[in-house]
Amino acid sequence: MKRGLIDFWVGLFVLVGLAAILFLALRVSTVSGQPAGSSYTITATFDNIGGLKVRAPVKSAGVLVGRVDSIDLDTERYLAKVTLSINQRYRFSRDSSAEILTSGLLGEQYIGITSGADDKMLQDGDAFKITSSAIILEQLISRFLFSKAAGDHEATPEK
Amino acid sequence: MAEWFYRFCQNLGHPLNTRLIKLGFACRFLLAILRHTPGILRRPRLLAREIWFAGVLSVLIISVSGLFVGMVLALQGYDTLQRFGASSSLGILVALSLVRELGPVVGALLFASRAGSAITAEVGLMKATEQLSAMEMMAVNPIARVIAPRFWGAFISMPLLAAMFSATGILGGYLIGVELLGLDAGSFWSQMQSAVDFRQDVLNGLIKSVFFGTAIALIAVFEGYDAPPTAEGISTATTRTVVTSALVTLILDFILTAFMFRGV
Repeated sequence: MKRGLIDFWVGLFVLVGLAAILFLALRVSTVSGQPAGSSYTITATFDNIGGLKVRAPVKSAGVLVGRVDSIDLDTERYLAKVTLSINQRYRFSRDSSAEILTSGLLGEQYIGITSGADDKMLQDGDAFKITSSAIILEQLISRFLFSKAAGDHEATPEK
Repeated sequence: MAEWFYRFCQNLGHPLNTRLIKLGFACRFLLAILRHTPGILRRPRLLAREIWFAGVLSVLIISVSGLFVGMVLALQGYDTLQRFGASSSLGILVALSLVRELGPVVGALLFASRAGSAITAEVGLMKATEQLSAMEMMAVNPIARVIAPRFWGAFISMPLLAAMFSATGILGGYLIGVELLGLDAGSFWSQMQSAVDFRQDVLNGLIKSVFFGTAIALIAVFEGYDAPPTAEGISTATTRTVVTSALVTLILDFILTAFMFRGV
């Protein structure tokens, strides 16, 4: 095979290979995570985080605004301390609340932020004052069952 | 008893010893290749010829296999996912399994059998017909002229081929999932996009294929260079290239996966 032809095919090969990588990068995946410096951190403490994972999404009104950075146990109060990394573009008032929600019945858990009405905004390193924990399905069911059982017992007529 | 134990130690030691010697020689060989690498940059034509030989000629088998693997994944995945009513996640299943595992691993196995064996046979035959010795007689270093370009040609080709495998596989999955099984094209792509992360999944897959490419390229040129200069020697060396490459690929894959995806 002539040399020019080899060069042609090698060039085409590299081009197609790079196009495949580009296809994987742009069409198949998303580049997540903001570059450093464009996000700030806010902490939130929860009684129970359920199945929340690191890198879970943080959403406000359903829009992705950040990710869960780390999850720790605060050993003084025995509460879960969750650090959120929020995109610099989004600011939330100081009386905003954070709650752990589930997308769908069996979906992944994420943190939803509901904004408040305060003029002052949360700064880097601040904490959410109002939080509500994950709903633990087993606790709900057992509470319902126990109350039902107790109710039934009272309602059962004496023989 | 003492005699038996002596024999036992000898039998235990000899194969181990030869393998250790071979491993040490392979390491020295790799260092020699790296030392002669700058010479390739002065003669890119040599490298282009080897990329053509190892890469371009493998494109057909890689992309056709990728297409069929993707189509099979889509059929099998759909069958399982629809039991849970999650058939719209088919795109995620196909893309993640291809990009993380099947693209690099199956691509590497195909590459080892298509290009690795050819490189071994070529180098082995050059040695058997004393072309390598002739080069040394002419003060041309065979490692710089023959071995290093083949090594780097295979090294460069492997990640590109793995990316092509994944890309054609995903297109195959799209063909089956959307065109044949009637899933929604928009949700196929958008669910895939939201679930596949570039750094976590695509880049790790490419890193894997770089490791596999290094291993296969080194094994191929080494087995060729180390082959006994007989017809039988070349045939066993070619077989060994394919077998060793496959084993090393799978073991490396386990190690890399354990590092990359062990969960949080």
